[in-house]
Amino acid sequence: MSDGGVLATIARHFALLSLLTIGGVSSVLPAMHREAVEVRGWMSDTRFADLYAIAQATPGPNMMIVTLIGWHAAGVAGGLVATAALTVPTAVLTFLVLSLWDRFKTRPWRLAIQNGLTPIMVGLVSSSGLLLARTVDTGYTAFAVTAATAAMSFATRLNPLWVMGLGAALGMAGLL
Amino acid sequence: MGDRGAAPPAEKPSAEAVPSLSLIFLAFLSTAAIGFGGVMPWARRMIVERRRWLSAEEFNNDLALCQFLPGSNVVNLAVVVGARFRGFPGAVAAFTGIMAVPIFLVMGVGALYLQFGGIALVQGALQGIAASAAGLVVATAAKMAVPLLRRRPMQALPFMLAVFAAVGLLHIPLEWVVLTLCPLSIAASWWWPR
Repeated sequence: MSDGGVLATIARHFALLSLLTIGGVSSVLPAMHREAVEVRGWMSDTRFADLYAIAQATPGPNMMIVTLIGWHAAGVAGGLVATAALTVPTAVLTFLVLSLWDRFKTRPWRLAIQNGLTPIMVGLVSSSGLLLARTVDTGYTAFAVTAATAAMSFATRLNPLWVMGLGAALGMAGLL
Repeated sequence: MGDRGAAPPAEKPSAEAVPSLSLIFLAFLSTAAIGFGGVMPWARRMIVERRRWLSAEEFNNDLALCQFLPGSNVVNLAVVVGARFRGFPGAVAAFTGIMAVPIFLVMGVGALYLQFGGIALVQGALQGIAASAAGLVVATAAKMAVPLLRRRPMQALPFMLAVFAAVGLLHIPLEWVVLTLCPLSIAASWWWPR
């Protein structure tokens, strides 16, 4: 398959997928896995898991696994096309909806939608926190790093990068 | 909505001066560049705590919109914040700012991983960063829950717990949870006595 063919496949797949990302990109992770590993054979199962770990550990929005899938399939151009296909359509949609959202600011139905969605969002973010902690906290030291970061970020305005650096140091010392 | 009651249609949030396009771009660029474990906790820190571009409640309200629309929540949030200050150019500045560094960084780290992925030191450091990043997400959830529980505890708490149980504990597919509980939660907030 030529590079142009792969790029077109990547663009089509992630653009369609972007419309299904209800509540965040991690909700379509199984669909991306199926496409990259089973349907297209761009990578092995293990490679997919490793790339996901890298995406999580590298600074950036939670969707960077998308960039890595595109990159692994078709190089830097693939990474750019996958990222653009997933983010640009929904960013444009957000921009268009925002003015409507604000125009109807005082309408009771808009307030009802907004007040109704916020508790759902808090529940989803809590779930992500639990799932992440469950995945990475394989021992007491790792759990302590998670708890310390959470407490510090919640209670103080100190930069959490300090705790994160400590966590990295503990990990490099083989203590996690 | 309290302090926003007399706002002009341009909908400028609670900041004294409107930030320039380059400040919007650089603020999101630097936030994304340190955004370990997802940019959202860092974006909240930057927008609400450091620059005070939005109040905690305005942040929650805008995030609710971004959560309900498809796409990356934090990328959509950047578009919203950029658009609130500077319209379409502001949205473009925030969007390119939040994406520019992570895209190339993650591909660079991917290339390094292909070379050095087997080294124990690298794996250990990644584990430590990931453990800390999980704590940031937990703290973000707690910070978002506090204003909500203060204002409307009886209406909000059941839905927060229901979503947490369904997604976090029972692993029910997200689309079912969202499609079932969103309408119920919206209905509850519609009929809830104010």
